Amino acid sequence: MDLKLDHHTKDGIEIVDVEGEIDVYTAPRLRELLIELVNSRFYQLVVNMEKVEFLDSTGLGVLVGGLKRVRAHDGSLDLVCTQERILKIFRITGLTKVFGIHDTVDEAIAARKSEK
Amino acid sequence: MATVELSFTPLPAHVRTARLVATAVARHSGVDESLLDEVRLAVGEACSRAVEGHQLHCPAEPVRLALTDLADRFEVEVTDTCVQAPAEVASQVAGGKAPVRLAAQPAGAGRGTADGDGLPHSLGIAVIAGLADDVVITETEVGTVIRMSWPSAGSAS
Repeated sequence: MDLKLDHHTKDGIEIVDVEGEIDVYTAPRLRELLIELVNSRFYQLVVNMEKVEFLDSTGLGVLVGGLKRVRAHDGSLDLVCTQERILKIFRITGLTKVFGIHDTVDEAIAARKSEK
Repeated sequence: MATVELSFTPLPAHVRTARLVATAVARHSGVDESLLDEVRLAVGEACSRAVEGHQLHCPAEPVRLALTDLADRFEVEVTDTCVQAPAEVASQVAGGKAPVRLAAQPAGAGRGTADGDGLPHSLGIAVIAGLADDVVITETEVGTVIRMSWPSAGSAS
């Protein structure tokens, strides 16, 4: 399956919905979207990965790049993911310590609001 | 001789094809369903790494993938023709939990060490090492061979 991307604002936070496979072929599209959002001054991001079927290290690189970009503006990038096969790659690479990973979008928003 | 051999133009779009083929052959070879995601991800990482290297150094050369159904193992071999510096390969295999072994002396010039987002290319190797329970990385005079395997129950036919 190819990559589908969408985004919307909820409670002042930009939610990025990702569906499909994030790999060396499709990851540049996600990178472009994250850059576009940051350029549009959206610095509080939640990437919803509940419908992601595949993620490789190229995709991880794009997410880390997005995190670096929003942090440069004192922003945040949290993830929503409960799929074990996706979480596994975050654990292998140690990135569970870098990202806030939540079970639902609402939980991610609540966690972000509570930190303000 | 490998059960299935595949060579493809080093384009990112073909990495998905390689993943699909590897997963299908692994399933047919009797690899447990619970391991297929690991096979798919590890093959994808190895092929992505090879494609990126080929695009930098030898875009006309194909990436080769060999899938072999052994008696009780399913073996995958990804071969690229991009030489890397010894230190670079050594740093790439460090950090993985799997028993990664360098099987030969590396030679030649290295690749870049990071992508546009600042993550090192070595992350792909670290992921492979974390997924496959046996990984051997062999540096030859012309490139790298990543060989990895998983337990299997043998071919269905």
